[in-house]
Amino acid sequence: MARRWLAVVRTPLGLTTGLLVTAVLLLAVVAPILWSDRAEVVDTDQILAAPSGEHWAGTDSLGRDIFFRALVASRLSLELALVATVIGVAAGLLLGAAPLLLGRRLGRLVTAGVNIAVAFPGLLLALFFAVVFGVGATGAVLAIGLAGAPSFARLVHTLVAGVAALDYVSAARVAGVGRFRVLLRHVLPNIAEPLVVNATISAGGALLAFAGLSFLGLGVQAPAYDWGRLLFEGVGMIYVNPAAALAPGLAVLLAGLAFNLFGEVVAKGLGVTTVGGIRLPAATPARSGAERRSEAAKGEHLAMAPSDLVLDVRDLRVSFPGPAGPIRPVRGVTFSVRHGEALGVVGESGSGKSLTALAVARLIEEPGRVEASRMEFRGADLRDGASAHRHLLGTSMAMVFQDPMTSFNPTRRIGGQLAEVAFHHQGMTRKQALARAVERLDAVRVPDPAKRATQYPHEFSGGMRQRAMIGMGVMGTPSLIIADEPTTALDVTVQQQVLDLLQSIRDEDDVALVLISHDVTVVGEVCDRVLVMYAGRIVEDLPADRLDGGARHPYTRALVAAVPDMDTDLDQPLAVVPGRPVDPADVPSGCAFAARCPLADARCRAEDPPLEPAGDGSQVACWHAGEPLGLDGSTGVLVEVRTP
Amino acid sequence: MSDLVFDDVTVRYGTARRPFTAVDGVSLVVPEGQVVGLVGESGSGKSTLARAAVGLAPVHSGSILLDGRPLPRRGRERPLQMVFQDPFSSLDPRMTIGESITEALPRDLSRGERRAEVARLLALVHLDPDAARTLPGRLSGGQRQRVALARALAGRPQVVIADEITSALDVSIQGAVLNLVRELQRELGLSMLFISHNLAVVRYVANHVAVMYQGRIVEQGPVSEVLVDPRHDYTRELLAAVPGARTTTAVRAGAPDTPGTPAALVKPRSTS
Ligand SMILES: Nc1ncnc2c1ncn2[C@@H]1O[C@H](COP(=O)(O)OP(=O)(O)OP(=O)(O)O)[C@@H](O)[C@H]1O
Ligand code: SF4
Ligand SMILES: [Mg+2]
Repeated sequence: MARRWLAVVRTPLGLTTGLLVTAVLLLAVVAPILWSDRAEVVDTDQILAAPSGEHWAGTDSLGRDIFFRALVASRLSLELALVATVIGVAAGLLLGAAPLLLGRRLGRLVTAGVNIAVAFPGLLLALFFAVVFGVGATGAVLAIGLAGAPSFARLVHTLVAGVAALDYVSAARVAGVGRFRVLLRHVLPNIAEPLVVNATISAGGALLAFAGLSFLGLGVQAPAYDWGRLLFEGVGMIYVNPAAALAPGLAVLLAGLAFNLFGEVVAKGLGVTTVGGIRLPAATPARSGAERRSEAAKGEHLAMAPSDLVLDVRDLRVSFPGPAGPIRPVRGVTFSVRHGEALGVVGESGSGKSLTALAVARLIEEPGRVEASRMEFRGADLRDGASAHRHLLGTSMAMVFQDPMTSFNPTRRIGGQLAEVAFHHQGMTRKQALARAVERLDAVRVPDPAKRATQYPHEFSGGMRQRAMIGMGVMGTPSLIIADEPTTALDVTVQQQVLDLLQSIRDEDDVALVLISHDVTVVGEVCDRVLVMYAGRIVEDLPADRLDGGARHPYTRALVAAVPDMDTDLDQPLAVVPGRPVDPADVPSGCAFAARCPLADARCRAEDPPLEPAGDGSQVACWHAGEPLGLDGSTGVLVEVRTP
Repeated sequence: MSDLVFDDVTVRYGTARRPFTAVDGVSLVVPEGQVVGLVGESGSGKSTLARAAVGLAPVHSGSILLDGRPLPRRGRERPLQMVFQDPFSSLDPRMTIGESITEALPRDLSRGERRAEVARLLALVHLDPDAARTLPGRLSGGQRQRVALARALAGRPQVVIADEITSALDVSIQGAVLNLVRELQRELGLSMLFISHNLAVVRYVANHVAVMYQGRIVEQGPVSEVLVDPRHDYTRELLAAVPGARTTTAVRAGAPDTPGTPAALVKPRSTS
């Protein structure tokens, strides 16, 4: 977390506003110590003087120096604003967390009350409270604090609801952990970050609001003074000395903006930065019409390129900078996909399946690096320039992602999001696009598609959301569909329908499919050919119908034996691949699978086996390909079977 | 006799004016020491039924009883525990593994007893007791799911509900977690409601199976009967859709498309 804040502060705007906030805080601390005397001194000779070398902003009706008064006032102004913010946050926390603590019914009442309060303009509330609490600093602090509470309560409520819906909170409650403890231990620590950011923003707001109240004479009373009070006094003599109003006004503006902007920058920075791993972009970014037209032209050009191969990739490498040298999750992958072919890619998580797909779709973002000695899509070189090929997504190359939660925008209707693709890439009118969206939703068996199209992502069940995601992938007329774990979260019947859907699309238009999955059975059923990946390499390339029984690589065989099917012997444990996957930052020399392989010997640990043809159309990278393996009957660990 | 009994349970979401019935009059028994598999398509109400049992979803009508008594909703004693689907969201990212498990332990233990109990539970799920000090971020999905199992066992439950606990896991780890579930269930004599959309997985761990469709249970019985001789059309559809079923019978053996036949189920599997 600290690193993320640091990254934000490193941006120019973050740095500027951060420094400004620090400067304002520093000023508030030192100004009264250094300049109190100069600000208080009454000089009857200099009453209402205009700005001069001696008094930069002139003097007030008692001859006091306005510039120094403005500096010294920073302490009280900030103090009041911060106290008000603390009050607002505290009250907001109480109200916002109330639904969690009080239970459904009372909680709903509180939420309703908060929603009404939010609808009132803040300043009006502040004025109301100022009248209730009486004129003066205390009243004003309470007024501004409480006026800020409803919006904080709403924020807290939303954040709490988000965290409370997560399984670990449910798990704690099922374990009998009390509500209050759940709030303290699980919820608050996990919402602290956005709260702090928003408190910073609202501190800026409180500063301005205070100036407002004091300016109206409802805030700080003489002889104490804050910026608002100075402004109030300055405006009285604005025709004599405009600087008297200008100096405190500028101070308020600068300090208020500093807090506000800093908060905004941090919020934005934390919002888009993710820790660890790459962020999948939401389907397709919207683009200008001109860009779209030029891309359409390119698309036509691509369509004419003659070749039997849809996709031809040689020696693909993907790397990311890491703390101790580059991390290489994909280390030299070579494969091709023919027209209409269905190619499966299997392997455990972290083996580089998704990155291979993302690299092909040109979706790997800085600082990731993609290298390949060849990468052609329908004869066009994919390597020259990522942006030039972005249009492929949505027209001739479709990508269906793994996680439907992050692939949809939670604030927009499903139908609209699907239609977007057709509208931007296929030149349809909005109406046509929406009709196509409904038709595609129907095709992926979303029940009552016309009604469902008007719903938001959260109104879909997990399975349905994933179906809609696939519907989005086939909005266009792609010649290659890359589907990354498209059916992982689906139950079997829907999975079957979705696979059938992909199948029918392939049959109709000779569309090629790259199906990435960790489910060997799915891949085995749908695909013609299967690539098995381990630690960023292809370790076996074989016809799908040879997976069960015909695989040669020990890893492939373990994968197949680890999944129960309807024939699995119930008295035997399932196969277990012992040990952990290879860390891409630290790939061992020799065969990457050696540490977990029952057949490994000295040669395996020293030399990395190359992927070589093994006859009958398959390729395998293993020194001991096809040697017999057995299953330990009590643990499920695969063992070498010694032949006498 | 600690049977978990769902008696005519209905769960509704939404407003009074536009109610949505997610679970519709479900009656189901999880007998002591048995594993009942619950299968059904997404949105059929499996998770909702499970959440109702542990008090995370409101029961509109009907009752859920353990040993003939309603389940305690307050206090520390929770004889029913649940393991969730997503191992990446079911552990608090800011708490160590040890803290997460400790939280679910009975309160009356001393500090030393608690530490020993955490170590015992971690060993039970085949994790290194040193893992107690690590944060979940450093564990793989399979390891997290084992921690979640350990946490569920910490409350010394009589019944454990497992909601799709392997569907978010890699196949290479799935086998290990399923082996563990079978082992724990046998050793501790737990009753389990095992929710999955994968019939092959249910067949592997459960004795009984209940098929849920649109909020209702349409068929239930011993695994060997329901999966061999399904009576409801939806169950047949489910069986036909098991991946591999079509390949094994149709493509590989060149036989006509007759998935889910008894012959296919009893065929022994060879591990070469
Ligand atoms: N909080 C909620 N508000 C409204 N409807 C809901 C809510 N939670 C679930 N539903 C609806 O209840 C139905 C059953 O949902 P549930 O999560 O139990 O399905 P499931 O069988 O577990 O599906 P999956 O396999 O996708 O997880 C779905 O149609 C879903 O849209
Ligand atoms: S090369 Fe050696 S270590 Fe690698 S998979 Fe083959 S037998 Fe195992
Ligand atoms: Mg579910």
